[in-house]
Amino acid sequence: MSIHRLKDHWREQRMFLGRVVAAAIVVTLLAGLLMYRLVDLQVVHFEHFSRLSQGNRVRLEPVPPVRGLLFDRAGRALAENRPVYQLELIPEQVKDLEQTLADLQALGLVRAEDLPRIQGQIRSQRRFEPTVLRARLSDEEAGRFAVHRPRFPGVDIQARLARQYPLGPAAAHAIGYVGAVSEADLQRLEGANYAGTAQTGKIGAERAWEDLLHGTTGFRQLLVNAQGRTLQELERNDAVPGRNVYLTLDLELQALAEAQLGERRGSVVALDPRNGQVLALASMPAFDPNLFSMGLSSARYRELQEDRDQPLFNRALRGQYPPGSTIKPMLGLAGLHYGVTVPQDTVYCPGWFSLPNHSHRYRDWKREGHGTVDLEQSVAQSCDVYFYRLAVTLGIDRMHDFLALFGLGAPTGIDIPGELDGLLPSRDWKRTAFRRPQDQVWFPGETVITGIGQGYMLATPLQLAHATAILANRGRGFVPTLLAGVENPVTGQLEPAASRPLPALALDPAQVEEAIDSMVAVVHGERGTARAIGLDSPWTIAGKTGTAQVVGIAQGEEYDEETTDERHRPHALFIAFAPAENPRIAIAVLVENGASGSAAAAPVARALIDNWLAREAD
Amino acid sequence: MAVSSSVFGERHSLGLGARLLAALKLDAPLLLGLAAIAAFGLVVLWSAGGQEPGLLVRQLVRLGVAFGVMLVVAQVPPKMLRLWSPWLFALGLALLVAVLLVGDVGKGAQRWLDLGVVRFQPSELMKLAVPMMAAWYLHDRPLPPRLGELALVVVVVAVPAVLIARQPDLGTALLVASAGILVVLLGGLRVRMILLLGAVAAVLAPVLWHFMHDYQRRRVLTFLQPESDPLGSGYHIIQSKIAIGSGGLFGKGWGNGSQAQLEFLPERSTDFIFAVLGEEFGLLGLGLLLVGYLVVVGRGLFIALQAQDTFSRLLAGSISLTFFVYVFVNTGMVTGLLPVVGVPLPLVSYGGTSMVTLMAGFGMLMSIHGHRNLLAR
Repeated sequence: MSIHRLKDHWREQRMFLGRVVAAAIVVTLLAGLLMYRLVDLQVVHFEHFSRLSQGNRVRLEPVPPVRGLLFDRAGRALAENRPVYQLELIPEQVKDLEQTLADLQALGLVRAEDLPRIQGQIRSQRRFEPTVLRARLSDEEAGRFAVHRPRFPGVDIQARLARQYPLGPAAAHAIGYVGAVSEADLQRLEGANYAGTAQTGKIGAERAWEDLLHGTTGFRQLLVNAQGRTLQELERNDAVPGRNVYLTLDLELQALAEAQLGERRGSVVALDPRNGQVLALASMPAFDPNLFSMGLSSARYRELQEDRDQPLFNRALRGQYPPGSTIKPMLGLAGLHYGVTVPQDTVYCPGWFSLPNHSHRYRDWKREGHGTVDLEQSVAQSCDVYFYRLAVTLGIDRMHDFLALFGLGAPTGIDIPGELDGLLPSRDWKRTAFRRPQDQVWFPGETVITGIGQGYMLATPLQLAHATAILANRGRGFVPTLLAGVENPVTGQLEPAASRPLPALALDPAQVEEAIDSMVAVVHGERGTARAIGLDSPWTIAGKTGTAQVVGIAQGEEYDEETTDERHRPHALFIAFAPAENPRIAIAVLVENGASGSAAAAPVARALIDNWLAREAD
Repeated sequence: MAVSSSVFGERHSLGLGARLLAALKLDAPLLLGLAAIAAFGLVVLWSAGGQEPGLLVRQLVRLGVAFGVMLVVAQVPPKMLRLWSPWLFALGLALLVAVLLVGDVGKGAQRWLDLGVVRFQPSELMKLAVPMMAAWYLHDRPLPPRLGELALVVVVVAVPAVLIARQPDLGTALLVASAGILVVLLGGLRVRMILLLGAVAAVLAPVLWHFMHDYQRRRVLTFLQPESDPLGSGYHIIQSKIAIGSGGLFGKGWGNGSQAQLEFLPERSTDFIFAVLGEEFGLLGLGLLLVGYLVVVGRGLFIALQAQDTFSRLLAGSISLTFFVYVFVNTGMVTGLLPVVGVPLPLVSYGGTSMVTLMAGFGMLMSIHGHRNLLAR
């Protein structure tokens, strides 16, 4: 290889000429290929494409699938598709349009206020395309039209399927509803599969299992003429219907929970602690999901949104409340777990507690105090002073770490969307939660009130039920689920969904039994705060009452139920599971402004436990 | 001389026109070909764009700007172009990296750089900077290039192409790469080498597949079997074939294409405008347009042959052939010969940036041809 390669201009030019000639040949060949393709399309197959296009054209029409049904665990329908009747008119088949509309109006089938819209539509549409006169006829109206039908050529009833919730507002927050597919929905969903779909799941189970419920869109190839009129169906790919989905809800238990809350605002969540299945998920007041599936007027929607009782608000998943005394059994267990106390240790409760060198008195709910109490009695009687003291001994960070084991302060992972985190305070949390440096310091007093579930701490009813279920099942928790199974479309058999176990908590079984015994004493003990519901109970119930302040009560001031504004009364809470030795149901009850956990919330739990265990025993 | 009396008006005005073109360094056949294609394009766009005057005006403005840019570039002597090449390339590379870091995201792809006043696509700059750089590198070396030199050119071509593909803009990446590769091919790459590289490319195809985005893979799959997805991306190809095929020999007439006018055809004023042309003007219209394109490519190659130095030769040849690649990729896509890649039909499709780049390239061709006599003397 020579080091000095010289440029040979003449040779290079000759070579370049060769390359350009070669390129020109390639260009010519490719252009020829293109021409060949064009001749093939435009001359050889002209007839074929012309038929598809010029006289007749192929129109692709999506065939939307039938949405899968929703059932409760016993196969009772929660959401179904029912035919609704739509009154349509095809202008070219009607002789006297004005007269026809007038006659229909006289029969009460067309409303006067719709006339301008109908006439506008008839003018703007092609003559063979149907105009909708009424989107929804009642059965009676459909019957009335059927009688007079011969008088109205060109007017007809079209049946289509619409989503209906046969139970109305029952379990509305868990079932959810479908609504018109929005731009935002299309970002999330697979666009092509929604070509013919009008509605999609918006919240609840309808949203969570949208992909199962929706099915796969089919399509029809239609031969249409130059004006767009359908001449013939060329090809049809049928839609694959959505799958039927079974929820873990028990409709009877759900109805009972809602009836128990009645007119009160609140929430009930019942779980099966052995697998995390949600047996009831009530949030009251509720709303009628049929309003949404039928298309809600914006005025009606605003009315619902601005309702002071917030019927659209899913309290079970999104309501964040101070858990109050319901966390005491878990904190007692924390004391045992970290070895800072033993069950026999006693505390004297004079009715108040003060931090060393502080004058501020943290009051017990019982003014005169509980006297000398051990762990069991402090839970049973819900002694605040015992837990003020325990909280200070544990310190906020250990309380945080232990309660986090029970899922507080984090989403439970339930499969329907929208749940909130609650709030489990700690030093770290406070450092990041506040902007001003002086607010970022954790004060000892804040530890004290966290000991009775007040202060910053917040939990959703679902989180409380979840934590209760973990304790009930002796530390072996499950992610809460609403999915019982999916129906196999071929065999009709239910394919059960797998439960999702959480890592078992490393707790001393004896200590867990101590905590559970203290909860049994709440219901069955002589001085238990919820002894009223334990008197005639056929099963051993473990429970804990809670009463959470909504507004602060100033030092030296007394809370008086009579004079306090109803909305400022404390929330009433109760957590429970039964039978205590072998729990099959775990419950959290919250009654907003219910004032007393034992009086307002505990009886609700008792009713649910009786209903469920009696039927399960059968 | 040009100021003589009007006695010989006819002859003189012709001479004046020719002299004017020469003074502006413009090549008459090339200019005529480009103008004819653009004019035909406007006619088609009027129909494809739903006979909307605003659309046509905007396209006219763009064409004006593009031809203006061509005129300006034509004034830059080839020697200057050569000297600028490495700097232009470095600038383009820097901008591409900037786009990846801070670019605006549009339609899921990062291609734009917001310069405050204008939004700018650095990949467009690379369409010219890459062949310029390759030609600059090869121009004073004995040709055909040796293996080491070749490897360096491959890097020069591959780095921007990969950056553009990452945006992701596979279509432009392929065009930029092909502009660079064409320089090497024209530079006398040995036939044995060409075959070897072809084999390597075949081996690398599965690797490329691995790095593709889902939507890009879908396009390739749809190309291979459009009927498999008639509601999705296969719809484009099916409808475009129907449009072209139903046009027949003479077409359905201007504004009468039912596929286009009834909106069966997607992207009908941009990437799929060739199908509108085919439907309304038939084989005759498509053939005419194709002839126009071939005239431009032919004249470009002729200019390359006449060029007097290696840089000009390679650059002119590459620009002309890349132009044909654009045409073939677009028409191949619309007729179902090639997969759907977002490449517009040059000078006809509605849209801005790429037209300016294209005409800047032709400005270089004009400059190479227009400055030739000066060099000869």
